[in-house]
Amino acid sequence: MGRITLDKVVKRFGDVEVIPPLDLTIEDGEFTVFVGPSGCGKSTLLRLIAGLEDVTDGQIRIDGNDATDIPPAKRGLAMVFQSYALYPHMSVRKNIAFPMRMAGIPEDEQKRRIDAAAKALNLTDYLERRPGQLSGGQRQRVAIGRAIVREPAAFLFDEPLSNLDAALRVGMRMEISELHAKLKTTMIYVTHDQVEAMTMADKIVVLRAGYVEQVGSPLELYRAPRNVFVAGFIGSPKMNLIDGAEAAKHDCKTIGVRPEHIAISDSDGQWTGRVGVSEHLGSDTFFHIHDTGLAETITVRADGEVGFRHGDTVYLTPREDSIHRFDEQGLRIA
Amino acid sequence: MATQHSRSAARIMMAPAVILLLGWMLVPLAMTLLFSFKQYLPLRGGDLGWVGFENYVRFVSSSAFWPSVQATLVIVGGVLAITICFGVLLAMLLDQPFWGQGIVRILVIAPFFVMPTVSALVWKNMFMDPVNGLFAHLWKFFGADPVVWLSEAPLFSIVLIVSWQWLPFATLILLTAIQSLDSEQLEASEMDGAPPLKRFWFIILPHLSRAITVVLLIQTIFLLSIFAEIFVTTQGSFGTRTLTYLIFQRVLESQNVGLGSAGGVYAIILANIVAIFLMRIVGKNLDA
Ligand SMILES: Nc1ncnc2c1ncn2[C@@H]1O[C@H](COP(=O)(O)OP(=O)(O)O)[C@@H](O)[C@H]1O
Ligand SMILES: [Mg+2]
Repeated sequence: MGRITLDKVVKRFGDVEVIPPLDLTIEDGEFTVFVGPSGCGKSTLLRLIAGLEDVTDGQIRIDGNDATDIPPAKRGLAMVFQSYALYPHMSVRKNIAFPMRMAGIPEDEQKRRIDAAAKALNLTDYLERRPGQLSGGQRQRVAIGRAIVREPAAFLFDEPLSNLDAALRVGMRMEISELHAKLKTTMIYVTHDQVEAMTMADKIVVLRAGYVEQVGSPLELYRAPRNVFVAGFIGSPKMNLIDGAEAAKHDCKTIGVRPEHIAISDSDGQWTGRVGVSEHLGSDTFFHIHDTGLAETITVRADGEVGFRHGDTVYLTPREDSIHRFDEQGLRIA
Repeated sequence: MATQHSRSAARIMMAPAVILLLGWMLVPLAMTLLFSFKQYLPLRGGDLGWVGFENYVRFVSSSAFWPSVQATLVIVGGVLAITICFGVLLAMLLDQPFWGQGIVRILVIAPFFVMPTVSALVWKNMFMDPVNGLFAHLWKFFGADPVVWLSEAPLFSIVLIVSWQWLPFATLILLTAIQSLDSEQLEASEMDGAPPLKRFWFIILPHLSRAITVVLLIQTIFLLSIFAEIFVTTQGSFGTRTLTYLIFQRVLESQNVGLGSAGGVYAIILANIVAIFLMRIVGKNLDA
């Protein structure tokens, strides 16, 4: 079991309020991702849940029990740190055994769990090595192994993949998703990378300056961003946000159109512009269109075979049913 | 890494320092070796010719030799134990954030800047003096008889003085080592269920092991040759005659340069054994 409830949790460092009163429920077995720009308080929130920081005000409940004043070790949560935080002077086996040793679990049970974790994480051949002799991805797996053997109520990950190179990151992303599918334990995952959030989460919590901007499944956030911030943050490339006369036509302050919802043509369309930089990914091409009179640049996704050159004049047509409308406060108009 | 050119340039530029150091070391070493094979009594006939290994045999078979080795080991061992135990404690204390941290850190380091002779005199006259010393007043305040430190507990007194001088050094090295400990490691062990004492034992102490070895190595080499602290306090009496002090007495008090030089060669061998031994420990630690 691992149902975590935050009830009006506040965190202040001195006079600085990093987390304003915040309510959030993470259901048992859910893969929840906290996403937001750097410095928005994701790590702080995770550390509050872990018990590594004291809450200034409010209550944290784990499975309905008040855990606000329970020390970290007693909360039954396991954390994987960004720097892995492996113990450098211990072998991989001893690292993984450490939490069990502290809990006084019998040797043979320890061994059974280590072997099971090592097998699941492809670490069997490395058990006698020191962390310093492992690659980044292997260290990451050791850190996860150390968390698994505790059989925690929930796993907490703080940007676990940000120290890995791009290819490894995609691989580890899948391994963690796979692990979640197998263990079905609650996982809270912090990242600033919206792609990680979209690909892994059951539920995404978008944070900005400590405030929860929106909570929902990846597709809910993609289809119906609650405000301009979420609209710009979720989705890659970013949604085009257009103010002014064009927005007024739709009776709102700002309209948003995703690059994939704009058709590009060389003969006719609603908007006109000149092609700037084009990014060819093979399957898709992203065109950055200038001089449209709408916004500085409009990004358009087209098929990989579409070939416009720098400086070409093109015509754009947004899909009417995919235009997002936002009011003066930046809130979505349904 | 470096090109051929930059390497030879580096060699040329290092040469003066290397040559100077070699001369500085080799000339006295050669002279010590030379004298150790001679009967050389400056006030009683001067150079009386070669005597082979006689000085070496006499130095070791003198009744003062083994007690001096023992005194040396007790002082070195005692100082090492005290400075490392308290050094670790102080380093952990100074690592905590508290008001006035900068000033306190400077104060802690201060004893290291006091000359050994001066600090020994200060201890002898201001703290350990059986009539006017601070300790004597303290003892009297509690109704006890003042301890005559330098004759009743001479070895301990010297260990205390020398430890006071070397504690800042140990603290400083250990403090920088503690500061380099990744705080996420401590947090991870906290989440893994390790209470403070176990965190110290399993995380902090292993992290400090390399720094402790370095402190051990450097201090041993310097402590083997402490002299001023003994010279201004007990003058080698009451069982505080270390190997270094014995050599000094042979050369200057007995005016027997040959015998003293033989002792010096023993001291060199002893220091090298310690150094090699400790170097291997450090080497093993560095591998890990
Ligand atoms: N121990 C601390 N003392 C003071 N301010 C802190 C502390 N930890 C974090 N902060 C501040 O809280 C804010 C959120 O930090 P953090 O949770 O680490 O952000 P994120 O993980 O989202 O990048 C930042 O502005 C940071 O400066
Ligand atoms: Mg962070």
